[in-house]
Amino acid sequence: MVYAIAVFAPLVGALISGLLGKAIGDRAAMGASVLGMLIAAFCGPYAFFTLDEPGVVDLGTWIEAGKFHVDWALRYDTLAAAMVAMVSFVSMLIHVYSIGYMAHDACPRYRFFAYLSLFSFAMLMLVSADNLAQLFFGWEGVGLCSYLLIGYWYDRPAACAAAIKAFIVNRIADLPFAVGLALIFLAFGSIEFSSIFPDVTKHGADTYHLFGTNFPMLEVIGFLLFIGAMGKSAQLFLHVWLPDAMEGPTPVSALIHAATMVTAGVFLMARMSPLMEYAPYALTFVTFIGASTALFAATVGCVQNDIKRIIAYSTCSQLGYMFVAAGVGAYQASIFHLITHAFFKALLFLGAGSVIHAMSDEQDIRRMGGLARLIPVTCLVMWIGNLALAGIPPFAGAYSKDAIISAAYLAHTNIGSYAFVCTVLAAFLTAFYSWRLLFMTFHGTSRADHHTLEHVHESPLVMLVPLLLLATGAFFAGMALHGWFIGEAQADFWNHSIFNRPDNTIIPQLEHVPAAVEYAPLIFAAAGILLAWIMYVVRPDLPRTLARHNRRIYFFLLNKWYFDELYDRIFVRPLFWLARYSWRIGDATIIDGVPNGLAALAAGGSREAVKIQTGSLAAYAFVMLIGVVVLVGVFMFFR
Amino acid sequence: MNAAGFPILSLITWLPLIGCVVIMAVRGDEATVASNARWTALWTSLLVLALSLVLWVKFDPREPGFQFNESIAWLPHYRIGYKMGVDGISTLFVLLSTVLTPICILASWDSIQVKVREFMLSFLILETMMVGMFCATDFVVFYMFFEAVLIPMYLIIGVWGGPRRVYAAVKFFLFTLTGSVLMLLALIAMWLHAGTTDISVLMDTRFPVHMQTWLFFALMASFAVKVPMWPVHTWLPDAHVEAPTAGSVILAGVLLKMGAYGFLRFSVPMLPDASQTFAPLVFTLSVIAVVYTSFVALAQEDMKKLIAYSSVAHMGVVTIGIFTFNEQGVQGALFQMLSHGIVSAALFLIVGVVYDRIHSREIVRYGGLADRMPGYALVFMVFTLASVGLPGTAGFIGEFLVIIGAAQINFWLALLGGLGMILGAAYMLYLYRRVIFGTITHADLRHILDLNPREWAVFAPLVVLTLWMGIYPSSFTGFFDESVAAMVQHHHAAVASTVRLAQEMVH
Repeated sequence: MVYAIAVFAPLVGALISGLLGKAIGDRAAMGASVLGMLIAAFCGPYAFFTLDEPGVVDLGTWIEAGKFHVDWALRYDTLAAAMVAMVSFVSMLIHVYSIGYMAHDACPRYRFFAYLSLFSFAMLMLVSADNLAQLFFGWEGVGLCSYLLIGYWYDRPAACAAAIKAFIVNRIADLPFAVGLALIFLAFGSIEFSSIFPDVTKHGADTYHLFGTNFPMLEVIGFLLFIGAMGKSAQLFLHVWLPDAMEGPTPVSALIHAATMVTAGVFLMARMSPLMEYAPYALTFVTFIGASTALFAATVGCVQNDIKRIIAYSTCSQLGYMFVAAGVGAYQASIFHLITHAFFKALLFLGAGSVIHAMSDEQDIRRMGGLARLIPVTCLVMWIGNLALAGIPPFAGAYSKDAIISAAYLAHTNIGSYAFVCTVLAAFLTAFYSWRLLFMTFHGTSRADHHTLEHVHESPLVMLVPLLLLATGAFFAGMALHGWFIGEAQADFWNHSIFNRPDNTIIPQLEHVPAAVEYAPLIFAAAGILLAWIMYVVRPDLPRTLARHNRRIYFFLLNKWYFDELYDRIFVRPLFWLARYSWRIGDATIIDGVPNGLAALAAGGSREAVKIQTGSLAAYAFVMLIGVVVLVGVFMFFR
Repeated sequence: MNAAGFPILSLITWLPLIGCVVIMAVRGDEATVASNARWTALWTSLLVLALSLVLWVKFDPREPGFQFNESIAWLPHYRIGYKMGVDGISTLFVLLSTVLTPICILASWDSIQVKVREFMLSFLILETMMVGMFCATDFVVFYMFFEAVLIPMYLIIGVWGGPRRVYAAVKFFLFTLTGSVLMLLALIAMWLHAGTTDISVLMDTRFPVHMQTWLFFALMASFAVKVPMWPVHTWLPDAHVEAPTAGSVILAGVLLKMGAYGFLRFSVPMLPDASQTFAPLVFTLSVIAVVYTSFVALAQEDMKKLIAYSSVAHMGVVTIGIFTFNEQGVQGALFQMLSHGIVSAALFLIVGVVYDRIHSREIVRYGGLADRMPGYALVFMVFTLASVGLPGTAGFIGEFLVIIGAAQINFWLALLGGLGMILGAAYMLYLYRRVIFGTITHADLRHILDLNPREWAVFAPLVVLTLWMGIYPSSFTGFFDESVAAMVQHHHAAVASTVRLAQEMVH
């Protein structure tokens, strides 16, 4: 019951503020939305900490068609409850922060808060789903809300474009996901978790005919589901929407990147672990994409100048880490990193928001610097967030990120080694770009114009309190939770909500890795910080020189490996071209040409035929005479 | 005699004609006649709606066959009768017609200013014909209603339409009539073979396989034009663009369903072997329809044309579902027909709202409406989302079930048929962005008014239905669950027996 309240309170808040916002006024609407979230943020963690026995809250039938049957039902187990607790708590903080952040916005704010609450509701539905259709409901719901929120400032063309891009890239991944669901129904006769999971081993030998050969059914399903996860979690090739998503207000970025939306793909892998564990090739692919994304996004993050964009690429990279963990079978570690990441990434985005707020909407870190004295609290929490992100003990990220890197090493496979190398290198780059951001924003001399500097001020309390709470989380979450999530007690804690194959012993071994592996991430991170210190504090002219001497590499990275340009050339433009020509040539000329041609023929023919009726008696008599002659002639010939 | 205790189907069918008589009896100046015609038409259609709700309540969903049967000997010599009845497949279409008609009348309240009486007459006649078509259980009766629908629609487009209305009306008429001639031939052949035109008898009649083939194509010629399937869809955009708003609503909401209904009522149950054989052909045409017309929709510059093309794509999903011959596919197709009936009808009404104010359907003529028309933007968003098949709205259930049904046939059918999910999002969101988002650049849009109470009354029931169908679809699928199960079973039994016969002949 408490659990259901946690899920539905945000919906009630969203409906009140969205539908009645105009009638009851901005403040009341905002209050309703925040109150709904506060209730959820109380009930969600409460339900998590009081969980004994897994259960299901059934709310009624949803779809029924012959054998196909799904209910509206909330699944209440450790995995779902942990996610609900995290999502509701972090979302609540973002709601509170938004009260301060959006105070100066010109539009009425009830719409913004309605979307935020709806977003949280969709994510809560996603994580608490008891079947894949309901999961898909939440899945598409967060896609919708991200569309609405990214395009919140609808009078800005860039925001509209980014919103549509986000929705469509997500949809591209959702189609394979939906087909994957259909195949699960084909194989298992149901898409409810309780029917799928016990039967996985029975279908281990099933095959599916595709591309002219037979593939194991579970592998095909695993691949299709992961493609869905790639879209939502912005993995390589389908990541292009995420950096553009910062066109929305900053709290939205925090919500998308930390609590909701992008973590859905990682959650899906963990939720489907009983099936994924029996799809080893699909898992290899997961590891490969995850590791590649971790490194790719980190390289791009190193040269970006927009404070939000740097953090956006770091999200992309961290999600890669989570998929590496899922890919090698350490789902527990991936969820652990998901949770710690939620704290420090929300912290970083909201901190960045506080900086932007202070700097009168300036986002370019080249025009900042020396802000530490002016906004000390923001500076402090940003340091904490970056320490956690870079994985410096005892901050939260250290526990979860080290676990993932160790897990990649422990896989003892080729792909595992690839992932190990990628993630360690990415750890170096992560530390580098994080401190680049810190040094350029808060330290050294200011590069802002005096007009902006005069207005720099610390954010109001309603923004600082959420920041401080998140900073606490970013500091303690790793220490407090690692025993449950990946430590000794993990088997009891998860209580079968995550499945590992009997021969998969990575999680218990996590503590027993060689010292070199254990300290590798820390050493590399420290090196990254050192390099950033040299480049941005000791020798501030160095980056410029480097960029000048390696123009090609610099522009390659600055333009994000040219993915947007490439997709524009090979997909967007050709497809619009195809659309225009299908219409102009295909429909208007060819297909319509036939009936229009026939009509013209009939009309033209009759117009000619009309001319024969001249009314002249002589002409008629003459034609009749010819007729008689022809008739007689034919008769004589063929008699 | 039946569950209602009186001949309810005939009453629903013919009641609008009584409204017609009343409208025609009024004399007076033009304003009186117009106002009287509007009110009479509205009340008549609401009365019909109320009556049809009796069907909703009294219909027994556990019974797969026809209910509320009526039978009057008409041409006993030829074993042709006036027979009415509804089963799970047709009941909801009767309701769809009776729901949309009052909405259309309300939507035309102000926008139709010339020949109001004749317009309302046409609409009531149209309602009679539509309802009669869905209730008929005799092929001849069905055929008459099926053809008669054309006449009022032809007039609605041709008289109250836009500048190219005559071209569009004639094109509409000729396209659909050409197919119908072939259907008449099939009807005669089936009557000669079976000796009757009673639909339930025809369903149990086994037509020889070679005969099924040409019967199938003759029927398909008629139904495919109505659906419309690619490549006989080009009448639809023209008809929609020229038709008045209410005409587009009925055209998209009900008339397109007649083709798919024909497939379900005649082709699949009566010609099982041919349907099975030519299913791949239908799949191919449907997939082309989904992909090709979605692309064409993306390039449109006229709002109505865009939505018209999206209808073709959505109906492609329906034809895929029907020919999967499994419960998920067929139920998905039926649901998609109903949801498309509501959603595309609503989208045409959406276009009608701004057309009434600005008198243009050009997309570039708009932009930035969100500032001035927040209510409109909200309603438009709801139907846009339903159109792209967002879970929780009506559009999702049908599309999802069809994908599940199609995956049981072929992976690529599911994937390609589902491409509408992506392309639909592209063209609908692109449309929405260009009309609603951005800043106002045209001066006259600065003073455009938001929805008035009459327009809210038009949209409210449609919004409710869209969400209801998305959140609790069982109250709709429950109607046709049994009928579809029986139909699927009947189909597979028939195909299996043909295979057995063929094997016996070999031995």
